Amino acid sequence: MPTFWLVLALIALSVAGFFLGRNRALVSAGGNSKDLHSLPSYYGHNVALSALVPALALLAIWLLVQPMIIDQRVSSMIPEETISEGSTIGLVMSDVRRVAEGLDLAVAEGAMTQEQARNLRSEFSDVRGRLGEIGVALGADVRPEVLRAAQTYRTLSNTGNIAMTVMVALVALGGFGWSYGRTHKDFRARNVVEQGILALLILAASLAILTTIGIVLSMLFETRNFFSLHSWTDFFFGGTWAPNFRGDSDLSILPLLWGTLYISVIALLVAVPIGLFAAIYLSEYASKTTRSFAKPLLEILAGIPTIVYGLFALLTVGPALVRFFGQGENGILGVEWMSGATSVLTAGVVMGIMLIPFVSSLSDDIINAVPQAMRDGSLGLGATRSETVRQVVMPAALPGIVGAVLLAASRAIGETMIVVMGAGAIAKFSLNPLDSMTTITTRIVSQLTGDTDFASPETLVAFALGLTLFVLTLGLNVLALYIVRKYREQYD
Amino acid sequence: MPRKHGNSLLELTDRTKRRNAAEARFKAYGIAAIAVGLLMLVVLVTTIFSKGLGAFQQTFITLQVELLEEKLDKNGNRDLDDIKKVTTFGYAPIIRNAVETKVTELGVETPLKGKDMAGLLSKDAAATLREFVIANPDEIGKTVEFRFLAQSRVDGYLKGRVSRDSIENDKNISAEQLDLVDALVAADVIEKTFNLDFILGADASDARPEAAGMGVSMLGSLFMMFVVLALALPIGVAASIYLEEFAPQNWLTDIIEVNISNLAAVPSIVFGILGLAVFINYMHLPTSAPLVGGLVLTLMTLPTIIISTRASLKAVPPSIRDAALGVGASKMQAVFHHVLPLAAPGILTGTIIGLAQALGETAPLLLIGMVGFIASNAPDSIASGLLSPNSAMPAQIYEWAKRADPAFYERAWGGIIILLVFLITMNTLAVILRRRFERRW
Amino acid sequence: MNDMTAMDSTVETQRTKIAANSVNVYYGDSHAIKDVNVEIEDKTVTAFIGPSGCGKSTFLRCLNRMNDTIDICRVTGDILLEGEDIYDKRVDPVQLRAQVGMVFQKPNPFPKSIYDNVAYGPRIHGLAKNKAELDEIVEKSLRRGAIWDEVKDRLHSPGTGLSGGQQQRLCIARAVATEPEVLLMDEPCSALDPIATAQVEELIDELRENYSVVIVTHSMQQAARVSQKTAFFHLGNLVEFGPTGQIFTNPEDPRTESYITGRIG
Repeated sequence: MPTFWLVLALIALSVAGFFLGRNRALVSAGGNSKDLHSLPSYYGHNVALSALVPALALLAIWLLVQPMIIDQRVSSMIPEETISEGSTIGLVMSDVRRVAEGLDLAVAEGAMTQEQARNLRSEFSDVRGRLGEIGVALGADVRPEVLRAAQTYRTLSNTGNIAMTVMVALVALGGFGWSYGRTHKDFRARNVVEQGILALLILAASLAILTTIGIVLSMLFETRNFFSLHSWTDFFFGGTWAPNFRGDSDLSILPLLWGTLYISVIALLVAVPIGLFAAIYLSEYASKTTRSFAKPLLEILAGIPTIVYGLFALLTVGPALVRFFGQGENGILGVEWMSGATSVLTAGVVMGIMLIPFVSSLSDDIINAVPQAMRDGSLGLGATRSETVRQVVMPAALPGIVGAVLLAASRAIGETMIVVMGAGAIAKFSLNPLDSMTTITTRIVSQLTGDTDFASPETLVAFALGLTLFVLTLGLNVLALYIVRKYREQYD
Repeated sequence: MPRKHGNSLLELTDRTKRRNAAEARFKAYGIAAIAVGLLMLVVLVTTIFSKGLGAFQQTFITLQVELLEEKLDKNGNRDLDDIKKVTTFGYAPIIRNAVETKVTELGVETPLKGKDMAGLLSKDAAATLREFVIANPDEIGKTVEFRFLAQSRVDGYLKGRVSRDSIENDKNISAEQLDLVDALVAADVIEKTFNLDFILGADASDARPEAAGMGVSMLGSLFMMFVVLALALPIGVAASIYLEEFAPQNWLTDIIEVNISNLAAVPSIVFGILGLAVFINYMHLPTSAPLVGGLVLTLMTLPTIIISTRASLKAVPPSIRDAALGVGASKMQAVFHHVLPLAAPGILTGTIIGLAQALGETAPLLLIGMVGFIASNAPDSIASGLLSPNSAMPAQIYEWAKRADPAFYERAWGGIIILLVFLITMNTLAVILRRRFERRW
Repeated sequence: MNDMTAMDSTVETQRTKIAANSVNVYYGDSHAIKDVNVEIEDKTVTAFIGPSGCGKSTFLRCLNRMNDTIDICRVTGDILLEGEDIYDKRVDPVQLRAQVGMVFQKPNPFPKSIYDNVAYGPRIHGLAKNKAELDEIVEKSLRRGAIWDEVKDRLHSPGTGLSGGQQQRLCIARAVATEPEVLLMDEPCSALDPIATAQVEELIDELRENYSVVIVTHSMQQAARVSQKTAFFHLGNLVEFGPTGQIFTNPEDPRTESYITGRIG
């Protein structure tokens, strides 16, 4: 891990810089810290930051950019015609990387010398066998162009790493030297350091934007690849989801969207009435003591990881539903409506349970924001509490509650584990809630786990699904937050 | 005298009675809703514990094994290389002998052959024995007492999961074997005891549910949390300080703020896609590595930490800042010397809650390959802990839930208990911190 | 009966509507109202004055049991409305409040149309048999609230869209729509500007023809302008109660005098 050591060295340099800088400042003031413009530690911090930050930034950028350049250089070495049928440049490149890693390992374990690794020729030696000995299993014999590409890859990586180490060290030492040289009792160290820290703070804050850009770009890029391999009309309007490996898959989002929405609707049908009534009871009726234990207990439901709900759906709720609606004569109802434990109802009910505290605590906040004066007005006219709630508080809180339900809907649509474990894998349009159906998130998981080939539409479709999911939930969230904010402003 | 409303206050009108009945109904709906919610919690918790506690106990078979020299070390010179050449197959007859001896010793009548008797033991037994011999070559030739794992059907039989009815079509165990189990249980050869290996051990392959443990995936989670803490806390606090204390009111700040509140609501699986595309496909970080998991969870947790940190910064009254500025501190000094320390308990609480959330998150881990992988080796250094493939607690639970053998379901529930113990500890810590240090201005 | 004695004693005064006998109110441990006895007359405006925290609002809220909504509040003694104890177990506060209406400090129209605001009370109490009757009640109430002319063309626009003064008159109209016998007003003008205040005060004077009005006010001038009887509260005690003119010109208790001349407040 050269990077690791490099970072350690940078940190060491920076710590040394702190003490040296502080010392030099003190010396320049003849040991009297009162003569300094800033406190002594600021001079130290100045040197430390100048040595560390630019070098770290360079290191980060280098690590991001180097693979891109090397990939480009190496992939251009592989002739178009040698890429066999059914393969892609991406697959060949992953072979190349694997061979290169194998060679690295061989050198590291002493099975080969640097020299041998550099000059190895697949024409003369069994590369696969030799790599196999040290535990690097390759799927097929290594072709000459792949081996040469791998060797180039290694050389370029090595050169790159050496250049990186040198450049980063130079920048660190440069920063150190420059700031150390500037250290003098009249130097306005505090202002400079504070400027630097402010810049770092801004950088941290913009990471949120970078993340969003990262999400959008990574999915857009692969989605574009997907649409170049698969028609967008089939994706949006096709009506069938049937991936296969013959290359004529039907990949339409519509049946998945149907499953997603159906499950979400059932979840909301469970969560909204229970959550809302719970919130009404807690905020309008419950005594302080009831509230102080019921509210946190309900909120535990929100803190339970979704994997637990998934397991609950798969192993408890699903089989229980089967005992009611399935098993023919042996079942409780004596009907055969449900064959497996996974179904829309299973996932929907469990997701509903998960969303109860979500709906109830959001609604609780919103109901509490309705001014007491309004309740007093209604009670003062002789209304009962329930009349007050239904006819005055609810209409007043309605926009906020709509916002809360939209947020819950967005959660339901994006929820993954419960549907992966409880909903099933069959994509279809069915109205029967006891049918097994599949959702957008389930398909993302199944298309992107296991052996994935990033050149086939069956894998890439996951990015198109992800992007759709992102846009869908983002839209709901923005709308919901807007509504809730408007609502809050009304009573502020 | 005439009253406008006809009758006395002391008599309820029919309408009031009706309205009061409606009131009582409405209130009952509220109580019912709370009751349903709490009932679900109770059902969930009892399900977890009733199904998962079994995983902490395991059935063991105690046998005296004679480590025959002619089988294990033909040359008799205790040369480790020679001993290592004996594979686990070579140990099978020794175990078979030990079982047969035991059965004969106890005088149990059974129609079973030695191979079927040894079938009560886990497939792990031979490996356990081999490891022992390699570690203690001097014991060869002696008779040593061992506690072997029983195979999962035997374990299930003792725990009530497997019954004589349920094994009719089961290739792994027969009614005669269960008869033998009954006899051995009566003789205290087979016993169910606490199983530390479930908590500390590694995962095992499909055929050996009795040997599977959470320990390695727990380490995977630990390394991920380490990454999350090391990145999300400083970045989150820095971002919050900027937004709360320094950011000018302009469109850029607005965008950042809207962005953060939206990121907090983005489905976690989208972060998984981001991780797969950026960290694995683009940056070629290793698949299944806790480092990648940690990075993804960091991005996911950041909004939570930023939101709670900003709330704690906001709770520090402006008078503190004014006081610091008033004695000539710079804005930066006021923030770092006064506001931040006062907000620290709140920040810490928010961070712990964010970490707890990240610890239980599964979906993004599926996409970066932390599932479908048998976490059988504990990492031996920090670097390998971060970079070599591992699982994580929730991913391990999902993995077990997916496997065909129902014996793994018990382990999945048991894994949930362990996960919940962590989460409860973290949340309790957060609550205690809040109670202890919360300041009302 | 109280009302008989009230009738007999002076011709000037009206009969007693509400009689409070040794009322004590506790908020948890604190004793908010101490042994208050007062008789409130029909077709009269009675003003409660006193410094902040003296218990005048608390006492007002006892008169229609609005204090019931506060868990820790406890009331002892009896308050008779037309001779019936309103704290009797058999009394449903819901029915009571239809007869003792209340107007609050801050105008609090419901987020509904003007029409629905006024129709709310009659609807929940079932005072109208059909739409026509309801329309009639709404119009009558809005007229009594002296706001009909301003809103008759926009009965279905939201009540929250009115100005502060209009909102408060709407709330008064809403309160009279249930045909109460007593109207309680808790500092009804404190959130209003002087012009709106004048309008509401004028309205209070008109309401006296039909109702017994009890008004809590901070402003002594307002008490002097609108009320016939004034009660002065201080630290939970009813210090002095009598005709407004007498309280303001010739108070018996030194504390009343101090307050009126501005020495305590």
